Amino acid sequence: MSSFKEKVLGKNDTPPWKGSYAPYDLIKEAFIATVAVICFAVILALLFSSPDDPPSTIAQWSQRLPVNFATTGAQNLAGTSPTAEYGPPYNSNGEGQKAGPIAPQKWLGVTHPVEPAQDMVIGPLSRVPQPPVVLAALHIWKLTPDAKRKEWAKAYSEALEKAKEGPNGTITAVKPGSYGPVPVLIGALTSLAQSGGLEGQLLESGSAANRFYNNDYTIPLLFMADGGLLEERAEQQHLLGDQWGMMNETGSYPGQVWLWLYSFWYQIEPFKSSENADILVMSIMGLLTLAFICIPIIPGVRSIPRWIPLYKVIWREHYASNEASAAPPATGSG
Amino acid sequence: MSGQLTPLAAVFNLNHPAHVVNWNFVHVPISNVILVIVMFIVFFAAILLPFPGAQVRKEHRS
Amino acid sequence: MSAEPAGKPITEAELDHSWTVKLRRKAVEELPPEKMLPDGQPTYVANWIYVFGVLSIAALVTLILTGMILALKGPSWWHLTSIGHFFNSVHLWAVEIFFFVMVIHLWGKYWMAAWRGGRIRVWVTGAIIFVVAIPTALTGYVSQQNFDAQWISTQAKDGLNAVGVGAFFNTMNFGQMYSWHILLLPVAVSALVAGHILLVRRNGVVPPIPLKEQVQEVPAKAQPAATTTATGAAS
Repeated sequence: MSSFKEKVLGKNDTPPWKGSYAPYDLIKEAFIATVAVICFAVILALLFSSPDDPPSTIAQWSQRLPVNFATTGAQNLAGTSPTAEYGPPYNSNGEGQKAGPIAPQKWLGVTHPVEPAQDMVIGPLSRVPQPPVVLAALHIWKLTPDAKRKEWAKAYSEALEKAKEGPNGTITAVKPGSYGPVPVLIGALTSLAQSGGLEGQLLESGSAANRFYNNDYTIPLLFMADGGLLEERAEQQHLLGDQWGMMNETGSYPGQVWLWLYSFWYQIEPFKSSENADILVMSIMGLLTLAFICIPIIPGVRSIPRWIPLYKVIWREHYASNEASAAPPATGSG
Repeated sequence: MSGQLTPLAAVFNLNHPAHVVNWNFVHVPISNVILVIVMFIVFFAAILLPFPGAQVRKEHRS
Repeated sequence: MSAEPAGKPITEAELDHSWTVKLRRKAVEELPPEKMLPDGQPTYVANWIYVFGVLSIAALVTLILTGMILALKGPSWWHLTSIGHFFNSVHLWAVEIFFFVMVIHLWGKYWMAAWRGGRIRVWVTGAIIFVVAIPTALTGYVSQQNFDAQWISTQAKDGLNAVGVGAFFNTMNFGQMYSWHILLLPVAVSALVAGHILLVRRNGVVPPIPLKEQVQEVPAKAQPAATTTATGAAS
């Protein structure tokens, strides 16, 4: 009569070992292994060092790609930037991703509020001394209803997408239109960014206002990630999703090869073009991870090692010896 | 700053864009490809190479 | 040995209520010294694949030692001095070595069906170590405070947000990520590794898969623990 345990675990054909032992020094082996690995890691470090590409700054972004920077700023005011439309955990302006009815991003809610217009544009501009024209623009913005603000900002961001970069980080060829105070605000934001003054203001935005110490780089990072500089650098370093970037390291260093299967799903349909790619891939990987942990109770998968007998190579000395050919002793209940 | 400017700079400079192996939809930097190939080589070498102490084990077998 | 203590000795009845004594008795029963630090190993332990477990431990030790040195001087140090960069390099290459040897160890244990004979928990703890090592590495990558950290944190956030984990685990929050990387996750990995090793010592290294002609089914009540040879060497 097979018990439930047998049904789940399969028949147990591995009695406790009652055969012979040979001397084996585990502590010496561990010591040698540790010295060997330390030496090997030191040699690799001396031969190849490690990558340390300096971080991008808001100042660099606004100086090198002023049109892209200004466009992202205007999109933040318009509520059309990726962060503005992201949804939880930053805001409620989007639904987030879902897999059928399963929507954990929405269910867990807004736990790290980020309001791009205020946190990335209006707040920083308001906290630094400004000339009268910018103060007036800020005043007009505050008095204007939300719908009108967004209309101006959306129109300006669309005009900026067709603008050109002038000398010294300037922006030219912006089509005239009805943009309200937005051009002045974005111009002031670009100047602040290009002077290096925006980094600190972004770190002190939102819930970090006037706190001096802050280790949370969410706001400056979300702002930069919405722009083009990080992506431009990432593409050069083969770090984009469609470049299997999750597995890669900057330069020619080996990367995170163990993430190969995570990376793989993003390369094929339906995940490649799905808006819910992340939750779908994470769900598949979650299930596969659970299956990996539970291999001993998965019929078939747990039997592959018996069907493809690599074990005969591993234990060839044992099988060739008299111990393997002798019948194992009866084990009784012990 | 990176180690390129310091006395302990690397013997081999890997701070340059990677050469990428392209095959169908697979695009993997050569360093990762080498790593995986070496893993397979090491695995099969480990199970195939003789392990020291065979004589001692033979003596201890019944 | 010391002389008999004076006064009335502690009775067995009194000891039965002692958590300390219960723990000691259980520990000694499950893991007597001969099992923890044995004289030898079964003669079937005769393949280089067996060293990849201890190599994984060695790589973890290297990570912890270099990690401690990096923690001594703080997260900016390695950007500013060549010696700091050197220790960062050793730490990074130790990560590559760790995953390299751990995966080969995993392959070996799979092809040996090492979960047999009541060793399922050994497989499960080992698999969980691999799974926990991945966020341990991720939190390290996003703590680098360089371009790599900027990119990885802003990309990884999408996957984590999509499944709700981003609601409480923010890859862009350096303070949080650094804390998880240098304390919480190394403690988790180390505790799991300790449990994994103790289970291996308790159950013994899995015996070979019996060849077809030698298969003998083990009765359901058979336990894998506490086998010793005539010389007292435990499995």
